[in-house]
Amino acid sequence: MAQRLLMKGNEAVAEAAIRAGCRHFYGYPITPQTEVAAYMSKRMPKVGGLFLQAESEIGAINMVMGSAAAGKRTMTSSSSPGISLKTEGISFLAGSDLPAVILNIQRAGPGLGGIQPSQADYNQAVKAAGHGDFKMLVFTPATVQEMCDCVFTVFDLTDKYRMPGMLLCDGLLGQMMEPVVFPEPVEGLPAKPWAVNGHRNARPGNLVNSLYLHPEALEARVRERFEMYKTIEETETQAECFMTEDAEIVVVAYGACARIARSAVTAAREAGIKAGLFRPITVWPYPKRELTGAAKTAKAVLTVEMSMGQMVEDVRAALEYKKPVEFFGRTGGVVPTPAGVLGEITRMAKGEWL
Amino acid sequence: MKVVYDKPGFLRGLPFTYCSGCTHGVIHKLVAESITELGLEGRVIGVAPVGCAVMCQSFFACDMIQAAHGRAPAVATGLIRAVPDGVVFTYQGDGDLAAIGTAETIHAAGRGENIVIIFVNNAIYGMTGGQMAPTTLTGQVTQTSPYGRQTDTAGYPIKVCEMLATMEGVSYAERVSVHRAPEIRKAKKAIKKAFEYQSSGRGFSIVEVLSTCPTNWGLTPVEALDWLADNLIPHFPLGVYKDKFAGEAK
Amino acid sequence: MIDCGILFAGFGGQGVLFTGKVMAYVGLILGKEVSWMPSYGPEMRGGTANCGVCISDKPVGSPVVVEPDTLVAMNGPAYDKFVDAVKPGGIVLYDSSIVHPEKIRDDVKTCSLPATALSAEKGLSGLANMVLLGRLFKEMAWGEIETLKTALKESIPPARQHMIERNLLAFKLGFAGN
Repeated sequence: MAQRLLMKGNEAVAEAAIRAGCRHFYGYPITPQTEVAAYMSKRMPKVGGLFLQAESEIGAINMVMGSAAAGKRTMTSSSSPGISLKTEGISFLAGSDLPAVILNIQRAGPGLGGIQPSQADYNQAVKAAGHGDFKMLVFTPATVQEMCDCVFTVFDLTDKYRMPGMLLCDGLLGQMMEPVVFPEPVEGLPAKPWAVNGHRNARPGNLVNSLYLHPEALEARVRERFEMYKTIEETETQAECFMTEDAEIVVVAYGACARIARSAVTAAREAGIKAGLFRPITVWPYPKRELTGAAKTAKAVLTVEMSMGQMVEDVRAALEYKKPVEFFGRTGGVVPTPAGVLGEITRMAKGEWL
Repeated sequence: MKVVYDKPGFLRGLPFTYCSGCTHGVIHKLVAESITELGLEGRVIGVAPVGCAVMCQSFFACDMIQAAHGRAPAVATGLIRAVPDGVVFTYQGDGDLAAIGTAETIHAAGRGENIVIIFVNNAIYGMTGGQMAPTTLTGQVTQTSPYGRQTDTAGYPIKVCEMLATMEGVSYAERVSVHRAPEIRKAKKAIKKAFEYQSSGRGFSIVEVLSTCPTNWGLTPVEALDWLADNLIPHFPLGVYKDKFAGEAK
Repeated sequence: MIDCGILFAGFGGQGVLFTGKVMAYVGLILGKEVSWMPSYGPEMRGGTANCGVCISDKPVGSPVVVEPDTLVAMNGPAYDKFVDAVKPGGIVLYDSSIVHPEKIRDDVKTCSLPATALSAEKGLSGLANMVLLGRLFKEMAWGEIETLKTALKESIPPARQHMIERNLLAFKLGFAGN
C-alpha cells in the first residue's frame, strides 16, 4: 500500500494537482488558501513546472486562460473575495471552451467578510460563476483525501468536456491535516488539437474565441453547450449515501459540513433515531436522482450548510417540493457543531417541523 | 501580369471591416509583413483585445486567442510560459491597455515577459462610439468629455511609453505613427525590431502606434491624419524611449 | 476503541500547533484516523493559538474539537477559556509553572506539572510543550517512546532533525514526571 502521509488540505491538493499533470499554476496570496501557492512555488520548479505569482486574481485567471489555451493542464486557487475577481475570467474560459481548474477555499463574506470557513459561495459557483449562459463543473470534497481524488477527476472532466471546473472547499478543509494516500501520477495527457501553440506550418491557425457578433451563431453555440451539459448531468454526478436506506430524517450536507452532519447522524442513530446523510460530491451537476433515491423513506429532509441557506434551494427543487425540507446553518465563519445538527434532527424526528 | 503589390501571406485576405480612414489596416499590414519577413508564422500566437481591434483575430493567419478587456498581457503571459518558443504578441487599444488593463500591462512589463505589445493609441474608445480614453488629450471633446477633457475632474493623458521606459523589465519601447509614408516606414522598422527581439528571447517590447479614428473624431480620413500630426504627436512625441540592445549586432 | 478529541491551547510561539502535529503523527503511526485543525488567522504571529487533534478508529467527523476529551492548557487564558468545554470524565492537563487555576472541575481528571520550570532546569528551555506531551502520553497510555520518536522525525523538517534529541529529552522528562 502506498504511504499514508499527514498533510494540510491546501498542500495535499497542490501535490495532487501536480500528480494529475498540472504544470502551470498562477496564484495570489489570500487567507485561508495561501499554502496552495506556497506549496506550488516550492514544488513546481522541481518538476519542471511553473509557479507564477500574478499581480492580481484577475491577472492569475487570465494567465490560466493563456496556458490552458496553449493546451496545458492549468490551475489557480483563491478564496472567496479573490474568486469574485476571477469570475470574469471563468466566464471567458467557459465561452472559449477552455479546460482549467479553479480552487476556492471559501471564507466568510460578503465583502472582506472574515477568514474563517464558509460555504456561502455555493450560489456563485453553481449558479453564476460569471456573466452569461454557462455551467462549470463543481466538486465539493469532504476530506483531504477526497480533495486529492477530486483534483484528478476534475482535470480529466474539464479536458473531456472543454470547460472550467471548480473544487469548492472551505477554510476548514484547506487548513486541516489528515492522512492522505496520493494516486499515482498520470501519464499521457489527452491531445488538444484545438490548442493555440503555434501552427508550425502544419495546420491552419486555431482560434480560441468567445465573441460571436451574430446572435443566431451565439445562440447555436450556447445551445450546443447546453446539450453537452445535459449529458454531463446524466453521467457525471457523484454523491455518497450514509445510512439512508431506512432513514426517516435525511440530512443533506456537502464538504466540511457533511463531516459534522455525519457525526450528528451517527449520534442520532445511537439515540434510536433513523437518520441518514446524503452528501453531494458534485453540486453541478447536482445529483438529483441520487438524492431522490436517498430520500425515498424520508419523512423530512434537513439541509445543513455554512451559509444562510443556498444549496437548500437545489435540494427542494430536486425533491420537487414534495417533502418538507428544512434548513440549519451557521454563517460568518461559524462552524456548526454536531450537537447543533443533532438538536435539529431530534426535533424533526418528533415530527416537529418548522 | 506582374504583381507589383500584394497583401502579405500572414493576412488571411479577408476584406478589413474597419471604418474608412482608420489606420488599423495599415498597422495590421506592418505586423503581418514583419512576421512574414522574419519567417515566424508557424510560431506566432496572437492575443486580440476588446475593442475595434478584436477583429484582428480574423485577419491574422496564425493561432489567435481573444482576451477579456485589458487582460491580453496576462493571457500572453500564460501563453509564453506554456509555449516558451512561441512568438507571442498582443494587439491592444488605448482603453484596453492603459485603462482597464493597466495592471496587466505594467506587471507583464515588470516581469519582462518575452512578448510583443502592439499598442494602438488613437486617444479615444472606438468600438463603443467615442468615449474619453486614458490617452484623450486635455480639452479633447469626446462623448464622455463633451466640454473637452477637464484635467481637474478627468486628470491628464497617460504617456505609456514614457512610463514603461522607466521599468527594468522592459527591453524596448518606441512610439511611432502611421499618418504619412515616412512614418509608416519607421513604424514598420520598429514593429519588426520588436518581433526580432521577441523571437530571440530578448524580453518585453512595446511599440506604441499613434493611430486615427476619423469616425469618432468627427473628421474625414485626410483631416484625421492631419489632426494626428498636429495634436497627438506634440503631446505624444515619437521616438525610441528604451532599447536595451541598441547598437548590438543582431 | 479509541475516539478522542484533544485540544492544545496556549500562546503563539509555545509550540502549540507543533505539539498537536506530533500527536496527530502518533495517531497516524498507530494506524488510526486522525485530523489536525489549527486556529488560523491574524493571531498566528502571537496571541492565542490552539489546535484540535482527533484520533479515532472511525472516520473523523468534525475536525473542530468543540468538546475535548482532553485539554492541554499551556497558559492561563487557555485554561480559563476551555476548561468548561471538556467532556465530563475527560482529562485536563496544564503547565503549573504558568497556569494557576482558580477553578478545578471535579468531574474531570486534572493533572499538572511545572513543565516550564522542569525544562528550564534541564537546559531545555522552550520545550515545555514536549514535557506536557510526555505527561499526556503517560496519562493516555498509548504507544511506545519509539512511536513518539518516529512522530518527531515526521514532524520536524529535514533541516532541523538535530532538534529531535532535545525534544525527546523533554518528552521523557514529562513521561517520567508525576
